Amino acid sequence: MKLPFFRSPDGREGGGSADPTERRDESVLTPAPEAAGVMAGRVPEVKSPSAPAGPTKIAARDVSVFYGDKQALYDVSLDIPDKTVTAFIGPSGCGKSTFLRTMNRMNDTIQGCRVTGKILMDGQDINARSVDPVLLRAQVGMVFQKPNPFPKTIYENVAYGPRIHGLTTSKAELDGIVESSLKKAGLWDEVADRLHSPGTGLSGGQQQRLVIARAIAVNPEVILMDEPCSALDPIATARIEELIDELRERYCIVIVTHSMAQAARVSQRTAFFHMGRLVEHGNTEEIFTNPRERRTLDYITGRFG
Amino acid sequence: MTWLVIPLVAVFAVLAYLAGRGVAQRRAAALHGGQKAHSRPEQHGYYAMIWVAVPALVVTILAGVFSGPLAHNLLAADAPASVQALEPFRREAFFNDARLTGEGQRAFQVWSGELGEALTTEAARSARLHQTLTWGGVLAAILAAVMGGLFAWSQIRPTLRARNRVEGWIGGLLFACSAVAILTTVGIVFSLLWDSLRFFQAVPVTEFLFGTQWSPQIAIRADQVGSSGAFGAVPLFAGTFLIMIIAMIVAAPVGLFSAIYLSEYASALSRGIVKPVLEILAGVPTVVYGFFAALTVGPAFREFFNGLGAMLVGGPLDGMGQYLMLVQNQMALVAGAVMGIMLIPFVSSLSDDIINAVPQSLRDGSYAMGATKSETVKRVLLPAALPGIAGALLLAMSRAIGETMIVTMAAGLAANLTLNPLDTVTTVTVQIVTLLTGDQEFDSPKTLAAFGLGLTLFLVTLLLNIVAQRIVQTYREQYD
Repeated sequence: MKLPFFRSPDGREGGGSADPTERRDESVLTPAPEAAGVMAGRVPEVKSPSAPAGPTKIAARDVSVFYGDKQALYDVSLDIPDKTVTAFIGPSGCGKSTFLRTMNRMNDTIQGCRVTGKILMDGQDINARSVDPVLLRAQVGMVFQKPNPFPKTIYENVAYGPRIHGLTTSKAELDGIVESSLKKAGLWDEVADRLHSPGTGLSGGQQQRLVIARAIAVNPEVILMDEPCSALDPIATARIEELIDELRERYCIVIVTHSMAQAARVSQRTAFFHMGRLVEHGNTEEIFTNPRERRTLDYITGRFG
Repeated sequence: MTWLVIPLVAVFAVLAYLAGRGVAQRRAAALHGGQKAHSRPEQHGYYAMIWVAVPALVVTILAGVFSGPLAHNLLAADAPASVQALEPFRREAFFNDARLTGEGQRAFQVWSGELGEALTTEAARSARLHQTLTWGGVLAAILAAVMGGLFAWSQIRPTLRARNRVEGWIGGLLFACSAVAILTTVGIVFSLLWDSLRFFQAVPVTEFLFGTQWSPQIAIRADQVGSSGAFGAVPLFAGTFLIMIIAMIVAAPVGLFSAIYLSEYASALSRGIVKPVLEILAGVPTVVYGFFAALTVGPAFREFFNGLGAMLVGGPLDGMGQYLMLVQNQMALVAGAVMGIMLIPFVSSLSDDIINAVPQSLRDGSYAMGATKSETVKRVLLPAALPGIAGALLLAMSRAIGETMIVTMAAGLAANLTLNPLDTVTTVTVQIVTLLTGDQEFDSPKTLAAFGLGLTLFLVTLLLNIVAQRIVQTYREQYD
């Protein structure tokens, strides 16, 4: 079956064009009822809201990553749609976090790390000389595994990005951004009366939502999440997952997760990585109910190893 | 001779280990089904080893410490009447010579007549006595080892909690080692306190702490004129703090910035070069910094200021020019600046550790927000590391206050109460050195003043260190 938004890893489909928007047919982008019917023929059940909603935001072509002499990622080609949650799954060390970090060039901060291939965001090569990683990261926010609020107040944590990027001209404007970001992150009601107490004093789940608020305060287009719930308890996890689902309306979200259940719950698209290679990708329901690859099946059913 | 026991004890200990292990293995093997020895055979071996080695070593040390005095007392107890009649000081000398002669060495003095004969007999007695005591010590050590071994042998059985016993002994040994350092410090404090008390009996505390005159000359003879002595320590502490502040003005920014460079900006290659070089700088003996200050920096500064003064003389700043032309080699600025250079590696390596201790996740968080390196350093790393850096700076201050060699060579001796960095000042440590070098009598306030100064200095640096440690600790708790 042809997948509308993903190229197969070897890049056979779609020809050699580097521009992801060029070869897109709008009728395929929004699956027509017939298309859904075809899918329904193979997949037991497709929940309606999980169908991909946007055009391709990020297109990776033959991306390889090296740490020194060691290759961590092999020729990954993948299209990531906008206004959609895309989940990366796979065993530890499979390269999913490495791939995630290529998308905001966080790998630049690691010495001896080298990235080859092309990553296009809205058709623009983010590794081009003309692209300033600092500005790129303002567009591509990131949330990490462990909540990492700065040792500052809640207010200052959220105001950090707007301040360094000079997004506001007045205190009132900054207050507005802080408030709306905290509201979007679903934290406002809990912290409205203690904005000026330390962010590190919040609970783990609240800290993670604070960090999400911090990331969305600079109005990014993409939010990368690297196992955002792995340090949280189930209740806090559920809140973050709800939040991710809400944020999907505005942002392109990519999430790395070790929890298959989480990938199934929050994502519409799933990509499975193994040993530094992209094994399979597609609609989440499809990956979880009817994977094409034996390895994917083994992994999602817990028979891996 | 006594020390030959030590290899012997070592051999015994190894044998005891092997025997203990063997015995434990055999006794464990004899257990009936289902039962299990509490500890492993090796632990029984160590248990036996400890019981052999520790009593033997204790006996050996006791013998080493007490055999000399014991021999002396035995000799003195039934010495000939002619020796007994000697005055105590001469008698000690006699017995000392008797011991030396007995050991086949040359006596210090020539003892003639009756004493000469006595010396020969006493030397022979001394030699016999020492030999007896030595062998007695060795035998006692062997006996102690055997007794200990027998005790261990009687104890070894499958239910013996040898593992816990051995752990207990190891804990005790480690405690003893740390106690040495603590007890020494306590001893130093008490000796300081004792002599300071004697000083403060001669000079009132208030005069010492608040007096502004320092001139520790005291009349040696009652009829001497013009040397009444003044012990006001304020000029010394003022000089100390002036030099410390100059040193910190140099060391704090340079050290901190180099730490930031090393931890955040440097590539692996330049870090690999700069860090070892800084560590070499930290290893330069302070006396080398001292003559660098006295012979290179001092004259250079003097020439600079004298030249500047020469240009100003006759102009609108004539007075200042006159002053600058008279500036000497020894000035607070030179000592402070060189001391600051000495402190740079200290500050930078401490701050480097502290900045590195800030979790990587905070850096990632900041970079992921699109912050540049300097923004990350300024807005995230430094605020997070600030308490630790403050602690490091306080430690550097307490080193600057206690530093002696550089100021001795570069600061001068005149106790001027001034804040002018171009003036000659003196510091507490310099005065202590001056008071305690050369001949001195230990009951005059002049000498005892050194202890008063030492105690005050000790309290000041102690306070600084406690504050610094507190700050660093609170900081550490934040992230662990």
